[in-house]
Amino acid sequence: MSVAIEVAGVTKRYGSLTALDNVSFKVENGEMFGLIGPDGAGKSTLYKILATLTAPDAGSATVCGLDTVKDYSKLRTLIGYMPEKFSLYQDLSVSENLHFFASLFGVSIKDNYDIIAPVFSQLERFPNRKAGALSGGMKQKLALSCALIHRPEILLLDEPTTGVDAVSRSEFWDMLSTLREKRITILVSTSYMDEATRCERIALINKGKILCINTPEGLVAGLDENLYNAVSAHMFELLTRLRELPEVEDCYTFGATLHVVGTKDFNPETVKRKLSEEGLKDVEIFLAKGDIEDLFIKLTRGER
Amino acid sequence: MKIRILKALLRKEVKLMKRNPLIPKIIVGMPLMVMLVLPLVANLEVKNAGVTIVDNDRSQLSRRIAADIDASDYLSVKEIACTHDEAMKSIEDGKADVILTIPSHYSRDLAQGNVDIDIEANGVNATKGMLGAQYVSQSVMGTLKQWRSENGMSVDLPETSVINLYNPTLNFRNYMIPALIVVLLIIICGFLPALNLVSEKESGTIEAMNVTPVSRLAFVLSKLIPFWVVGMIVVTVGMTVGWLVYGLTPAGNIGAIYLAAILFSLALSGLGVTIANKSATMLQSIFVMFAFIMIFQLMSGLFTPIRSMPEWAQYITYAIPPRYFIEIMRSVYLKGAGIIDLWPQYAAIAAFALFFSALAAATYSKRN
Repeated sequence: MSVAIEVAGVTKRYGSLTALDNVSFKVENGEMFGLIGPDGAGKSTLYKILATLTAPDAGSATVCGLDTVKDYSKLRTLIGYMPEKFSLYQDLSVSENLHFFASLFGVSIKDNYDIIAPVFSQLERFPNRKAGALSGGMKQKLALSCALIHRPEILLLDEPTTGVDAVSRSEFWDMLSTLREKRITILVSTSYMDEATRCERIALINKGKILCINTPEGLVAGLDENLYNAVSAHMFELLTRLRELPEVEDCYTFGATLHVVGTKDFNPETVKRKLSEEGLKDVEIFLAKGDIEDLFIKLTRGER
Repeated sequence: MKIRILKALLRKEVKLMKRNPLIPKIIVGMPLMVMLVLPLVANLEVKNAGVTIVDNDRSQLSRRIAADIDASDYLSVKEIACTHDEAMKSIEDGKADVILTIPSHYSRDLAQGNVDIDIEANGVNATKGMLGAQYVSQSVMGTLKQWRSENGMSVDLPETSVINLYNPTLNFRNYMIPALIVVLLIIICGFLPALNLVSEKESGTIEAMNVTPVSRLAFVLSKLIPFWVVGMIVVTVGMTVGWLVYGLTPAGNIGAIYLAAILFSLALSGLGVTIANKSATMLQSIFVMFAFIMIFQLMSGLFTPIRSMPEWAQYITYAIPPRYFIEIMRSVYLKGAGIIDLWPQYAAIAAFALFFSALAAATYSKRN
């Protein structure tokens, strides 16, 4: 069995809102697959379907070769799901939470310690602290430990790094990499574009539709745009002026600079001269290297 | 359903219950509060009804009537007024509840035949007014009877004697205590576990539970069983307080009470879980439960007898589970009735238990 997750033509509606619109993709066994998209893209709905919590209106989803609707009870022992919202018992201590989940699955912590060790080792210092009293990053580590304790074949992580500080986020991704070495298939979602490069393959998702699926490098390579950085002391004025120019296809803020997407006729020197005539004399324009975020903006441009 | 899973869930529930800042206090404090305070406070007996007498006769007899009224446990003479207007003022000021007007030449005319005597009562507090007027009339009758026999007149008034069955002293507490135990069970077995269930929804922990192999039955049972145990403890504490503090013990079999309590807990838990299944937040479920508690308390015959409700309302009370439990409690406690005498009530509660459990199972969904 080389395919761990197969989603085929899944559609899910909530009233008039279409949360997922004919979504299809496959995740290979042992792969770390990222779902990248803004809030409201449909990521959590997709997780609920894969975690057997809700049924799709159309299409089918298969996890570990089991249908998420028909074989849900068998499937629940094979997946580890970490919902977006912290969902452990805040009034139970760290070790009580872990023991509780272990006993629900009928496994012993000792037998499965090797799998949670990279995640749990940092929590061992305070086994008696209440889960509710942990920091955001520690909470995520405990939740991940509890989702892993029964040695799942597939780990479903819904925005695990939301609300976690930058250092803990980076640590968390390092831990996921070690888990991948243990041949656990990981489906992880995030709205942070910079985390996308930590995955083997990613799917960009927006408004319930998959925009594209590829390796992060492949995606960036496919970004054939005339991309420049632009800076000035008067950023907002620069942004409005640039957007008015005919040779500028799009312009948006990107960190401390502006990213300018030029048409074929875009020439940095000509543009600088034009802006200088309009009073913006300190403008600098230089070539930029595009990343996933630029690609996302390109793909959703028609819809804005 | 696996016993191992249920055990793990129960262990968790007991731990969380102990650590909850409020629940242990409610479980201990509420029954004590209800059993120690309410029987003393919730009291429909009329004591010390104020009487103002307009004495136009000013005879030996009229003074004797006044003295006898004042000597009664239930009545006290507040004022002897000269005019009826003056007496009305004492009612308006809230000093008196009943006016007794004795006509002039009352004792002289009485020798010739029966003469009317006026009793007026303040109807704002209907119970006090009605009972007060009744007590005044009884007292006057007693005085007249004695006076006639002393003066060698014929006593043609019929003799009535009342014996109160099952509750000889008409002690209102004996009527309330069995019913208050029912109120405690409504809250502890019906609504606390339901709130507990909704809190798992609110905190999101139900999400994580739903992806585990925990079956829906095991999950709900793990919520109910601790409260069933607590419910039985509360019934025991309630009966013990009734015995130690008020000297009231069931005339019937204690087993009959426990059987009814168990069936009733099942019925109410089913209702509570159904409400929990249908609400997304604690606030929603609290409002719905509040509506049920109001109807349960006012229409189950807890305070007011069902027989004195309008006929249509009496039909509605058949759909109210506590009605049957209260009937059982009062019958067992005061009359010493047994399970066989009360089988329709037991059957009704059992039917409610089945119905609400089925409803709870039907509305619970692991998927949404």
